[in-house]
Amino acid sequence: MISSAIPHNVELGMEVVEVGDGMALMAVPYADKLVGDPHTGVVHGGVLTALLDACSGTAVMLHPKAQGGTATIDLRIDYMRPAKPGEKIFARATCFRITRNVAFVRGTAFDVSEEEPVAISTGTFTVEPRGTRFGDTK
Amino acid sequence: MSRPRNEPVQAVKQRRDAALAALLDVSAYVKFLGVQIDRRGNELSATLPFDSKIIGNPIKPALHGGAIGAFLELTAQLELMWTTVWDVMEEGGPDADAIEEGRFPNWSKVINITVDYLRSGLPRDAYARARIVRRGRRYATVQVEAWQDEREKPFASATVHFLMPQDD
Repeated sequence: MISSAIPHNVELGMEVVEVGDGMALMAVPYADKLVGDPHTGVVHGGVLTALLDACSGTAVMLHPKAQGGTATIDLRIDYMRPAKPGEKIFARATCFRITRNVAFVRGTAFDVSEEEPVAISTGTFTVEPRGTRFGDTK
Repeated sequence: MSRPRNEPVQAVKQRRDAALAALLDVSAYVKFLGVQIDRRGNELSATLPFDSKIIGNPIKPALHGGAIGAFLELTAQLELMWTTVWDVMEEGGPDADAIEEGRFPNWSKVINITVDYLRSGLPRDAYARARIVRRGRRYATVQVEAWQDEREKPFASATVHFLMPQDD
């Protein structure tokens, strides 16, 4: 449900690769329409923003203590290097702390090797009560 | 190519609009999101037209946080590039000629972006304007704010740090 139900994720070709408790590994395949600079063929940073945001939110909902939906409060992304043209981009996010109201998430985006990240992210997310669905806020 | 001292206003306008259009034309991702830019003098306003493909939550419905972040990021990046392009074009000379021929300075690289999601994005058009806080030789800081129906109620804002293009 997580990715196929979200139109923008579908539009980016986003897929869920692996899930665990408070952890999600997701990916976006390389596509010409996502290129920011035609001279280099490098995917636009916005794609990484979308991937890391979606992956982080998913990690929150996969946390055993999460009861309902979540929404992004803030998200910081550090771009370490350009993504390699032609390569699929992965993101792994881990929700490492969750309270009644706030979830804290770290994420890493990479292409060929997880040891050489393209970008890293830090985000805080809302924790919505049981019965709400993703993104539900009052 | 030297410009006449008193250029007709239409020629000036046409040159600026052409440069902006050429700048927007290069990025496939700008087209993918459907972002449009309005210009008043040197001031730019960006529009993210509503489309079902930028929905992040179909139940609410609400815009995708990633699409919002991407919109803010490219508005900030464009503002920085446009400010450089504007200065070069005003200066005239060979660099200005290059821009008129579609050869632009290199893009600044985003070092990082911090997005604050203030409200959920409603399923309608969104607007954004960016403000350059500091533009140095190596680094730049740009703030950008997006709103929908009411200008004084932003639904997202961001601070973006850039590495300016280096000559070497």
